[in-house]
Amino acid sequence: MIQFTNVSKTYPNGVQALKGVNLTIEKGEFVAILGLSGAGKSTLLRLINQLIDTTEGEVVVNGVVVNKAAGKTLRNIRRQIGMIFQGFNIVKRMSVLANVLSGRVAYNPTWRTVLGLFPEEDKQIAYRALKRVDILEKVHTRASELSGGQQQRVAIARALAQEPLVMLADEPVASLDPVTTIQVMDYLKKINREDGITTVANLHHVDLALKYATRVVGIRAGTIVYDKPMKDIDTGNFLHEMEQVYGRRIHADEVLGDEE
Amino acid sequence: MSGPVERIVVPKPNHLRRNLIILGVTALIVGSAWFAGFDLGRILLNLRKGGRLLGRMFLRPDWAYTPRIVDPLLETVKMSIVGTFWGAILAFPTAVFAANNFIKNPWIAQPLRVILNITRSIPAMVMASVFVAVFGIGAFSGVMALVIFTFGLISKLTFESIEAIDQGQVEALQAVGANKPNILRYAIVPQILPQFLSYTLYGFEINVRAAAVLGYVGAGGIGQIFEQNLAWRNFDRVGLIIIISFFVVLVIDLASSAMRRKLV
Repeated sequence: MIQFTNVSKTYPNGVQALKGVNLTIEKGEFVAILGLSGAGKSTLLRLINQLIDTTEGEVVVNGVVVNKAAGKTLRNIRRQIGMIFQGFNIVKRMSVLANVLSGRVAYNPTWRTVLGLFPEEDKQIAYRALKRVDILEKVHTRASELSGGQQQRVAIARALAQEPLVMLADEPVASLDPVTTIQVMDYLKKINREDGITTVANLHHVDLALKYATRVVGIRAGTIVYDKPMKDIDTGNFLHEMEQVYGRRIHADEVLGDEE
Repeated sequence: MSGPVERIVVPKPNHLRRNLIILGVTALIVGSAWFAGFDLGRILLNLRKGGRLLGRMFLRPDWAYTPRIVDPLLETVKMSIVGTFWGAILAFPTAVFAANNFIKNPWIAQPLRVILNITRSIPAMVMASVFVAVFGIGAFSGVMALVIFTFGLISKLTFESIEAIDQGQVEALQAVGANKPNILRYAIVPQILPQFLSYTLYGFEINVRAAAVLGYVGAGGIGQIFEQNLAWRNFDRVGLIIIISFFVVLVIDLASSAMRRKLV
């Protein structure tokens, strides 16, 4: 589903965020990406939907070389890739419905979307997406009035409305409290399992990776230093193994602990 | 317990720089006054005359003249509304293209900014006198001047607001595959609309005050009859015009400010 071949990314300021990364992610996987801040997790994620461009190498998503795509082709790939963010990035001055419908813009002619005239079936898609994250009752609420956890659920609904093949989650729970974190992760897992949506999530808490992922990838200084499917991971030894990713012991705030 | 308290000696402060600045500023003020022919004696000598004039204006204004100034005053307000409206309409797309985070091409943004700077640096009065020469005497010339001035003002304030928006919301729209018009509609406009409306109201407040004097150069509105009455030394009518204009501007200002507070 997603394939990185010798991918490097150097930012204009000279920072080399990724160095010759090779990574293949199969359909339906739930991949947790772990690593320190600045290790290249966000860069890796944003190369999948080309929010940043690739310096070297090739990124293929669902058979399309995305780093060669531009304009309409690129937008058509992006609409199949949902993304949620640490800061939620929903438009706070619009209603929940408008936010979720904005996930449908790339499926409709611009004149319709600019006038806000979405077809009824798109509205149905939006309602269903909101229902799946149990927030349908807020459909006409202004997004700014929602709590952080609710905003992230609206963001998930917006991504779901894209009817995506891939879901990217960039530190999706880093701004949330532990209880809400579990909720949001549960929704992501449920969608991954029920719809077979390939999910790639950057995570800050190492134990969340254990609990939700089917595979853990560790990045250190732009290089993949750890890559194991869950079935091969020795849970008892996992924190110890992560020390090679972090280059130090795991801090207490990098473990969520038992909150349930 | 305590021994003799130690005397601390610090070096004397160096006031040379400060004194030089004071001297320089004083010289600048005195020099400017001399150059501009400012004469305190002349003020004192004419104080009584000025007082008498103010008395004729404001102690017994010619209230009976009120009906005659209603129309010019309404014209002034209408000029401001029309000028603000068209200025704002033109300003919106211009601001979008002048903001460097939406269209990332400096060849579009920079020339626009130069034009905006020029439009804002020419006083509305000067523009109005030029338009009077081009289009003739009347409100149209005044409106044109207001349109251009408002356009420059609102464009500038709005493009700065656009550059200060939360880029995360833009990124999210990019991620769903949105094109430029959609990003504008769903990520930028919702964030800047309240500010844009607020700037428009602010432009209106400024325009009401500017429009009041535009008549002086023949560009319509209350300024025109103000200038006539001053020329004929009808000070009781001049006073009336000032009083009523003052209250109209005040009411508009207060109403507009109240609305702006609600917006942002």
